[in-house]
Amino acid sequence: MMIDVLSDQKRKIHPHKFTLWVAIGSILMMFAGLTSAFIVKRSQANWLMLEIPVIFWYSTAAILFSSVAIQLSLKALKQRNMLGYRRWLVITAVLGIIFLVLQIIGFIQFGDQEIKLIGAGSNASYSFLLAISGLHGLHVLGGVITLIVIAIRAVSISNRNYSSVPLEIAATYWHFVDALWIYLFIFFNWMK
Amino acid sequence: MSSETILHGHTAGEAVHTHDDHADHGHHHEESFLTKYIFSQDHKMIAKQFLITGIIWAIIGGLFSVLFRLQLGYPDMSFPVLEDIFGRWAKGGRISNEFYYALVTMHGTILVFFVLTAGLSGTFANLLIPLQIGARDMASGFLNMLSYWFFFLASVVMFASLFIQTGPAAGGWTIYPPLSALGQASEGSKLGMDFWLISMALFIVSSLLGGLNYISTILNLRTKGMSMTRMPLTMWAIFFTAVLGVLSFPVLLSGAVLLLFDRNLGTSFYLSEIVVKGEILPNEGGSAILFQHLFWFLGHPEVYIILLPAMGMVSEIMSVNSRKPIFGYLAMVGSLFAITILAFLVWAHHMFVTGLNPFLGAFFVLLTLLIAVPSAIKVFNWLTTLWRGNIRLTPAMLFAIGFVSLFISGGLTGIFLGNSTLDIHLHDTYFVVAHFHIVMGVASFFGMFAGVYHWFPKMYSRYLNNTMAYIHFWVTLVGAYLIFWPMHYQGLAGLPRRYTDFSNWQSFNQFAGMNKFISTVAMIVFAVQLLFVFNFFYSIFKGRKVKSQNPWGSNTLEWTTPITPGHGNWPGEIPEVHRWAYDYGKDGREFIPQVEPVGADESKH
Repeated sequence: MMIDVLSDQKRKIHPHKFTLWVAIGSILMMFAGLTSAFIVKRSQANWLMLEIPVIFWYSTAAILFSSVAIQLSLKALKQRNMLGYRRWLVITAVLGIIFLVLQIIGFIQFGDQEIKLIGAGSNASYSFLLAISGLHGLHVLGGVITLIVIAIRAVSISNRNYSSVPLEIAATYWHFVDALWIYLFIFFNWMK
Repeated sequence: MSSETILHGHTAGEAVHTHDDHADHGHHHEESFLTKYIFSQDHKMIAKQFLITGIIWAIIGGLFSVLFRLQLGYPDMSFPVLEDIFGRWAKGGRISNEFYYALVTMHGTILVFFVLTAGLSGTFANLLIPLQIGARDMASGFLNMLSYWFFFLASVVMFASLFIQTGPAAGGWTIYPPLSALGQASEGSKLGMDFWLISMALFIVSSLLGGLNYISTILNLRTKGMSMTRMPLTMWAIFFTAVLGVLSFPVLLSGAVLLLFDRNLGTSFYLSEIVVKGEILPNEGGSAILFQHLFWFLGHPEVYIILLPAMGMVSEIMSVNSRKPIFGYLAMVGSLFAITILAFLVWAHHMFVTGLNPFLGAFFVLLTLLIAVPSAIKVFNWLTTLWRGNIRLTPAMLFAIGFVSLFISGGLTGIFLGNSTLDIHLHDTYFVVAHFHIVMGVASFFGMFAGVYHWFPKMYSRYLNNTMAYIHFWVTLVGAYLIFWPMHYQGLAGLPRRYTDFSNWQSFNQFAGMNKFISTVAMIVFAVQLLFVFNFFYSIFKGRKVKSQNPWGSNTLEWTTPITPGHGNWPGEIPEVHRWAYDYGKDGREFIPQVEPVGADESKH
């Protein structure tokens, strides 16, 4: 009976992890909706070709490295290397913030090039770039806040919980927003 | 502090899922009024919160329909009392055009989203999932609580929009741009529209949180022995409903976000070369059809989000009260699955005449008509479940049978409307109004009523009053047909929707008497719904007490809990399941509960 229960536990995915995967499916549908709207709109009249500034390549690199960092943090936690765990966790959060800042700078640069993203005279192509990247940015921001909460818990003395589940869930989400941005970045460069 | 309690709640919840040695868990918590009735994480309380909020919304939404039916039925009369209540919206006692549009829009929004989505699947998914699959609670009680409170916030915002000076959104519940995108285009496109969008965004968050929970609970927390194919059909229906919601609501959200951009940031996603009141707008290159695609990609699955839970409950109630196994269990599951898939592939049949490529329309006609196949399978199985059954006509059973009747009558007109050529004549007429009100509105309400009558004893440990229930059923059934049947004729004659007054049209004058008749019946039916509401609240406190643990002689797990289950549902261990939910009239026994082991002389199910 006991063995039965144990093997049952092992086979089954943690319910919160599973919930996250369903949520990822849901978020994917939202961006599928947006990018297919982009494709529909692109085939119609009055479409400007997108010029993607170089700075977006840097932000892409930042979020890529952050994925590596959170993986290292998770590895350290599983080896009970708490110092490494906290260090890589903070590095991940910082890289996430750097990503967001670089994205914002990128959009400010459009203004310098006199490309209007919103308001009179704006073209839907650039508005799409702003709306889609902005929504992605909000998802990254949610991830950063989660990481900060986990980091605060990690340094708090009263916490003696070494469960890796919260970080595993956060890491899955983080890899997801990373992969989502890679998809969007390739999509924008390819579809223009 | 609060986050610590939440954490504690989580770990307790997780511990429970290990199935053993938690006999002492549940209903011994010290609960304050606040944690028990307001910020409850118990799925049963959350279900009641959804139901009662839904009932309040249904009264408001129904009252709106009475108001605009008043205008349609008696266009030449004035009702000074309306001016007393609504002021300039009903000057001279007649409903103004702006007010009429606002009423129609809010009637649709409230009933589709707040009553038949949140009120129906919110109530019964929360109540039934843990009880019928054998779980202590949802996968995450906290997310579940958040789901209700996001719904509550959405309700507050929508309710507030009724009171702003320029009125609530008034461009129809489908909020097509450019009308909804331009504040200068109409009163209802001003602040009311922003409130509508904010409220819907909150509502979408609520549905997603709920849906995530329903899916992961059904897939992960089933008790020992409860394989997927042993689940009652209610569970399958709610599962597919949640899948539909989780995959389609985000698309509406993206459409709404782009609309918010167009409204407030001057972008041109949906707007193109428009002149409003002589003013040439700077927007160019937008596509209004784009919004329709994004909207209906949710909008069509939404129809099934409303209908599937009703179908599931009807299947369960019909089998219990026919004392017969459901006919074709796997065919029922398969047809639910087929409907779920098809729901995503037919959205453009709402757009046949809005400028959609006619070539594309042909494919959508085919896919739309394909829905007739799983629907017919379901109807066949319901009828064969009734066939030679030992039928008990409880109020729940009557509503379940009424559901099938309405589903057939409403479904048949769907075959007309699914044809793009016929749609040229029928679109935007009362034929459409009659079709979707019968098949989706009234039918789903019948499923919901069936569910309320059937599971009220589980919710409040008391019965609803039967006499009031029978009056409620017969008046509602007859009334629904008397209201919507004539509308088919009006629609075939070309009577358009969304018009406040037909008396100026020679060709539509003939319907004045019919409109008066429809309006009168609508008011009677609305009054009878108030009788139900009275019955509901009266019976919570004064209804006949439930004395037996299993009043309907039902097989499913919720009737193995105590008459008033505490938080955690079962005081001891969660029961183990040995058979499917539909062993009725088997081996000379009236019913065999799911918890009873399979005997030596039986084959496994």
